[in-house]
Amino acid sequence: MKWETTRIEHLVIEPSSRWRLLDGGDLWRYRELFLFLIWRDIKVRYKQTTLGAAWAVLQPLGSMAIFTVLFARMARIESDGLPYPLFVFAGLLPWTFFANAVGSSGNSLVGSAHLITKVYFPRTIIPAAAVLAGLADFGVSLTVMGLMMAWYRVTPGPGLLLLIPLVALTTTFALAVGMWLSAMQVRYRDVRYLIPFMLQIWMFATPIVYPAGLAPASLQWVLAINPMSGLIEGYRAALLGGLNGAAIDWVRLGAATGVILFALLLAIFSFRRMERTFADLV
Amino acid sequence: MTIPFAIRVERIAKQYRLGGRVTINPTLRDRLVELLRRRGAAAVELLALDDVGFEIQPGETVGVVGRNGAGKSTLLKILSRITEPTRGRVEIYGRVGSLLEVGTGFHPELSGRENIFLNGSILGMGRREITRKFDEIVAFAGIEQFLETPVKRYSSGMYVRLAFAVAAHLEPEILLIDEVLAVGDAAFQKKCLGKMGEIAREGRTVLFVSHNTAAMLNLCQRGILLENGRVTADGRIDDVITEYLRGQQVSSPRDLRGHEDRQGSGRVRFTRVRFEDEAGEPTEQGVSGRGLTIVLDYETQDGRPLPNSRASVTFQDGLGQALFNCSSELVVRDPINLPAGGSLRCTVPRLPLSQNRYLLTLFLEVNGEVEDWILNGVPLDVVDGDFYGTGRLYPDGWRGKGVLVPHSWQVAVNDEDGKWSAGKE
Repeated sequence: MKWETTRIEHLVIEPSSRWRLLDGGDLWRYRELFLFLIWRDIKVRYKQTTLGAAWAVLQPLGSMAIFTVLFARMARIESDGLPYPLFVFAGLLPWTFFANAVGSSGNSLVGSAHLITKVYFPRTIIPAAAVLAGLADFGVSLTVMGLMMAWYRVTPGPGLLLLIPLVALTTTFALAVGMWLSAMQVRYRDVRYLIPFMLQIWMFATPIVYPAGLAPASLQWVLAINPMSGLIEGYRAALLGGLNGAAIDWVRLGAATGVILFALLLAIFSFRRMERTFADLV
Repeated sequence: MTIPFAIRVERIAKQYRLGGRVTINPTLRDRLVELLRRRGAAAVELLALDDVGFEIQPGETVGVVGRNGAGKSTLLKILSRITEPTRGRVEIYGRVGSLLEVGTGFHPELSGRENIFLNGSILGMGRREITRKFDEIVAFAGIEQFLETPVKRYSSGMYVRLAFAVAAHLEPEILLIDEVLAVGDAAFQKKCLGKMGEIAREGRTVLFVSHNTAAMLNLCQRGILLENGRVTADGRIDDVITEYLRGQQVSSPRDLRGHEDRQGSGRVRFTRVRFEDEAGEPTEQGVSGRGLTIVLDYETQDGRPLPNSRASVTFQDGLGQALFNCSSELVVRDPINLPAGGSLRCTVPRLPLSQNRYLLTLFLEVNGEVEDWILNGVPLDVVDGDFYGTGRLYPDGWRGKGVLVPHSWQVAVNDEDGKWSAGKE
């Protein structure tokens, strides 16, 4: 084993300061565990359930069907000149990913209590792995989106390339929110019950089932401070812009990006501050 | 590069806040209530570790002893970076592997193969390292046929074997181990101890926390005794264990009522222990070769009789190693039904011990449930007597070691016709 240990590791353990960012070297050292945790989350999800990956398709498809009946047929909501199923699915696609990622990552730390109290690793990788594992489902439902677009004969334009930064932003935001909630949950177990409730309200405060223009002017500020609304509109324009000629609202997207990066920074500081007591509290 | 030490612990302290009202996991409501009536009762602060310091050289195997709550686990948790010290500083040279439990992170739905990789990476092994050791791990655990079976279908024995097999193949320079040997059946425990001995002999630094004093004596050279979060002894393992066991003994030797360090349901308690000689007279000590009766008074909490009971007294040397065990089930054929309160008498007709101080472990089980168990709690002094009926005493250097066994010697002379016959001297 000598060739493995030519460089002797040196470690100092001290009470840490309250304000710190991520430790890059530490995260790099644990990259394999990070990948293993993502792989475990995906594997277990698809193994445990009888339908496995089909859930990734059924969940947004089911919601789409319900919303189509509810809002398009009964409430006759307009949908920016797009077929309503297509309109709502383009919104549900990123939202389902976001909501599932926030949910599972928000519960991830308490769910990993047995790991946290027994082994060291950078705690950040637990909520992060839960978010990234959600990308597998997202990939599956993205294929469904492709099929639907083919069915409605939508030819995607170059705007489709925007999907890459959009997914990156959604993932980052889910990570920020999930990380913060997971740390809060270690302290306050109520968070477990708060998460689904919060996500439900959030969903209706985001233009998923209705177009942003439909919200009354007095409530437009809600959409403006909600980065998910900028993102969802971005997804729609990127995927379906060829159909109704909707242009990408760069201002709104830029503002969303700003809010997301700020949220991430806050989440990291707050997580790292609470991290020191995880093993004692969880 | 030469390193100055493997582990250096400098004056670390760990403070836990145990609230009078502030609970460990406050809900939002608790927090809101607290906000509303600020300045409430101050939280109680508990010092789990207080000014602990020591240095461990590379290649040393060190056992940490202490009773429950002395801070052993907190120390290991700080060294393995699970929790932070409140004050102080630790420096470590070398890759650390910590085993605070076997099978950490095992997922029931995943197969044996998948869990080896997952658990290995949780313990800090790289993917390549696991691949390299994979066959060895599988062979050590003996689960070749069940590699693709989800571990939720494993028997508990298989599960533990697999978990330990992964852990045993960890190759850090510094290994921190907590009580992991308290798992599995006797044969597997033995295998684990063997593996640990191997690790220790390979020149790795090992820090080992356990209640198993016998295992510690075998594995460690040095011992550290923790009492109430402080280091109260640090030195050769036998000295430290002797010191530790001295602290565990009942404070007033014969009255067991106030003795805290015991296990079991508590429904029945040993209240007093007395010794009697062959004549039935009370005595304070045993005599080699003479009869000794140990009288155990007991009481039940609920006043109900105790069906199907089993009691035992284990005689141990000054280091807590068992010498022999006197168990009622070995000598009484029928189930023993005890009245709700009374005395149990265990008589050893010829005490097979040389002059020394010994420790007794008292045990009582009713219907398969452990009711009272006082480990290494009762000291017994034995003075030399004429065990062999020859007037000779056990040699000085052998006193306190092992037990005296009746035996005889013959000398055989080879006859001219090639037959052996016993000659008498």
